[in-house]
Amino acid sequence: MSDVILKVENLDVHFRSSASIVKAVNGVNITLKKKETLGIVGESGSGKSVTATALMRLLPKGIGSIPNGKITFNGKDILSLSDKEMRDVRGNEIAMIFQDPMTSLNPVFTVGDQIEEAVRTHQQMSKKEAKKKAIEMLKVVGIPEPEKRVKMYPHEFSGGMRQRVMIAIALSCNPKLLIADEPTTALDVTVQAQILELMKSLQEKNDTSIIMITHDLGVVWEMCDKVIVMYAGNTVESGTVETIYENPLHPYTWGLLESQITKNTLNGDKLPAIPGSPPDLRNPIPGCNFADRCPYAKEICSTTKPQPIEVELGHIVSCHFQTNSNRLERKERVYIE
Amino acid sequence: MTSTQPSSMETREVKKKEINERSFIRKLLKNRIAAFGLFVTIFMTIIAIFAPLIATHAPNEMDITHSLLGAGVDGHFLGTDNYGRDLFSRIVYGARISLIVGVSAVLFGAVFGTFLGLIAGYFGGKLDSLIMRTMDGLFAFPFILLAITLMTVLGQGLVNVIIAIGVANIPGFARIVRGQVLSVKEEEFIEVTRSLGATHGRILFQHVLPNCLAPLIVYGTMSIAGAIISEAALSFLGLGVQPPTASWGSILKDGKDFLVLNPQMATFSGLAILITVLGINLFGDGLRDALDPKMKV
Amino acid sequence: MGKYILKRLVDLLPTIFVVAIIVFVITRLIPGDPAAVMLGPQASVEDIQELRDDLGLNEPLHTQFLQYIGDLVQGDFGVSLTYNQPVISLIMDRFPNTLVLAFSALVIALLIGIPAGIISASKQNSVMDYTVMVISLIGVSIPIFWLGVMLVLYFSVNLGWFPATGMGTMDEGFITYIKHLVLPSITLATIPMATFARITRSSMLEVISQDYIKTARAKGLKEFFVIGKHAFKNALTPILTVLGMQVSALLGGAVLTETIFSWPGMGRLIVDAIDKRDFVVVQGTVLFIAIIFVLVNLLIDVLYKIVNPRVNYSSGKGGEGK
Ligand SMILES: Nc1ncnc2c1ncn2[C@@H]1O[C@H](COP(=O)(O)OP(=O)(O)OP(=O)(O)O)[C@@H](O)[C@H]1O
Ligand code: SF4
Ligand SMILES: [Mg+2]
Repeated sequence: MSDVILKVENLDVHFRSSASIVKAVNGVNITLKKKETLGIVGESGSGKSVTATALMRLLPKGIGSIPNGKITFNGKDILSLSDKEMRDVRGNEIAMIFQDPMTSLNPVFTVGDQIEEAVRTHQQMSKKEAKKKAIEMLKVVGIPEPEKRVKMYPHEFSGGMRQRVMIAIALSCNPKLLIADEPTTALDVTVQAQILELMKSLQEKNDTSIIMITHDLGVVWEMCDKVIVMYAGNTVESGTVETIYENPLHPYTWGLLESQITKNTLNGDKLPAIPGSPPDLRNPIPGCNFADRCPYAKEICSTTKPQPIEVELGHIVSCHFQTNSNRLERKERVYIE
Repeated sequence: MTSTQPSSMETREVKKKEINERSFIRKLLKNRIAAFGLFVTIFMTIIAIFAPLIATHAPNEMDITHSLLGAGVDGHFLGTDNYGRDLFSRIVYGARISLIVGVSAVLFGAVFGTFLGLIAGYFGGKLDSLIMRTMDGLFAFPFILLAITLMTVLGQGLVNVIIAIGVANIPGFARIVRGQVLSVKEEEFIEVTRSLGATHGRILFQHVLPNCLAPLIVYGTMSIAGAIISEAALSFLGLGVQPPTASWGSILKDGKDFLVLNPQMATFSGLAILITVLGINLFGDGLRDALDPKMKV
Repeated sequence: MGKYILKRLVDLLPTIFVVAIIVFVITRLIPGDPAAVMLGPQASVEDIQELRDDLGLNEPLHTQFLQYIGDLVQGDFGVSLTYNQPVISLIMDRFPNTLVLAFSALVIALLIGIPAGIISASKQNSVMDYTVMVISLIGVSIPIFWLGVMLVLYFSVNLGWFPATGMGTMDEGFITYIKHLVLPSITLATIPMATFARITRSSMLEVISQDYIKTARAKGLKEFFVIGKHAFKNALTPILTVLGMQVSALLGGAVLTETIFSWPGMGRLIVDAIDKRDFVVVQGTVLFIAIIFVLVNLLIDVLYKIVNPRVNYSSGKGGEGK
């Protein structure tokens, strides 16, 4: 047995919206080992959250579907589990935390109730034990005076504290995989660092694997072992963090890097956007999805789809001009003026 | 404050309004159910206006020898009532009473309620608490009970019905308008206009009131439906318009006593109320979705 | 909490005072002479004067007012001339009957309306959803006095399943009791039921798209709990607001329902009193109902706090008057 905990092969996700089909994710592949952290980066709308939601099988009923692909988690074929079996996986073996801690906790239940509920859904435990567990989890995630805090409601917590509570809920059943969908985007910079630190230390303690969804390549360099870069529902580049850091090859990745650098030099809060917008996912285009916005695009780019190529061991890129025999010359400051 | 600010504010407002209007009409048309409601409402209005042309008989023409006829007998489309009056014609004329009372009573309530809500919200303080305490007090009476109580003092009659239902409508309008005023008052442009020396009256009627229009229209439309039911209820209790005036409620009241002999009386007078009210409510729902989606009724 | 309730009760006194003033104003100041109305058009001037004296209508207004308030504080709602009984004892005779009717209607309305709204929202745009929406729209538009008459026509006159009028007593057996209750309570339940369905649907729809619902699903909760616990408790606030307004509608609707079904409640009392032109009874009963309504709304305010932890206990402002 290998220690691969999650394997996603050729995952497609479609949404039915009025009279058309949105192809939100196309052929995503993920291999994640125990204790590893995978980063998924990409602009807004690139399909990161949809991918994560599909892993949990929580796509909106009747609207979202997975026409293709295979998800193997901990030896289980996720897509063929019954609803009941899937519920046993959710929150227990795969847990998830979301972007906005202000809205992801239920305002009308105490945080204690919300942690206890997570525990008692998956473990035989008396109310009293669950309460103890809740207090313990609050302590674990570094909330002071947990005995007092369990009885409080989310609105009595700060944003950072709420995200800690979310982490407490997520980790209360010792999941093998934690999916964190932009867990720090809504937080202050200093709090961001604390939350990431907390996640890292808890990961070490519990051998959890993490999928970290983010806009911020800084977070990826900091936290992850592997990264996939998504654009308009496709993986455009993937590899280990070292390779991508040392040798990024896809023009879209270069764009992300450049906006990162611009942000750092300007000391801004927000990532400056790459000009232009992604293609309409309802009408697949024949060529490269990035062609409209790519400074390196040539004619072939708008007529033929680039195929993923393993340019070096474990480093996969989809671009016509980044092949084993051919390399693009990277130009500086071509995206953001 | 520089002098350019108000004018830029104005253009911004105008633009907002234009967009709203376009999307408003689009939404309303897109909403087929609302269009259907509007159609029903217009249909009923036409019946009311052209009642003399549509009715087959004079509504109050009695003929005791031909009372309680079945539908279709002797040229009486829906039969006759206990006094031998033509039921169809009475129901057609009943539309007049319903719509007159519905619209007038709501206008009555809207005018007074809006006025009270405006000054309560705008001036605040003691005046506000005095007005709103009174409105809370009025709200403590179930709508129909308030109208009933007023009718017992005022006595039967069309105008009195309008006053009674109108008064019962005041607190609802006052609350809505006051709420709007409070939120509008906070907005920047009111400050600006005031600092430019506008009088209270001008600010109220030129700036605050227009901002209350959307919820007022929606609430007003829904209230017409309520007022029509209330009029029918009062007449049903024998407190409405003076007999022999044909009102749906009074036809229903009479029909209740002749359920076995002539069920059409009760059935069709009530159906007329239901269809009219349903039409107005459907239209009101659509109006709300188009004008003021956040409002819940 | 106890302190809060006490505080709110004290807050209610001015409202009840205002309610009393309104009744006073309606009866004394609005054009129209209650004495003349009570005696009818044939009455002689002398008779009217005599009755005015009896009712104290010839005293100066402020004396009348003080007298009236003084009586009220002692629980004296006046004495009925036609029944020859204190109004409060007339009310107390009938109030339990109205309570039975209103309560069973409310239970029906809640038990059907709320689940219908929840199902409708969780299956938005399904056939089920549209069906609930259409039925509930008809429900809020229906004149209940007509519905009552139609129910009598079909289920009493034609089918003979239920009695058309009256209230059964427990002595006649439980079944008879219930049989008498069925048609009136369905009649009275219709509007609140439809209103609950509509408000539940719309507030559930708002809640269902919230992030914490995603969180609840991600915990592995059954959909039943996601919707029934996490979503529903958040949707409760607007439902409670509507509940407050529906109590008013129920008390108002009772007047009509009791008239149709000859139900011996307070509504019937009012209508009979109007027929007999017994103004004192009308005035007292209406005032009594308004006070009940104010008290019920206090109860709902308390429920707000229980449901919604974000509302501040001490300020006492929370869910008032929305
Ligand atoms: N319920 C839905 N119905 C239709 N389309 C959807 C739905 N949810 C997502 N999509 C589509 O899927 C695409 C990807 O969305 P996704 O939320 O995964 O983006 P993301 O990468 O997480 O962006 P962000 O960084 O803003 O969170 C979107 O462009 C959107 O059009
Ligand atoms: S394939 Fe063409 S358009 Fe796409 S990234 Fe490469 S160069 Fe740019
Ligand atoms: Mg996302």
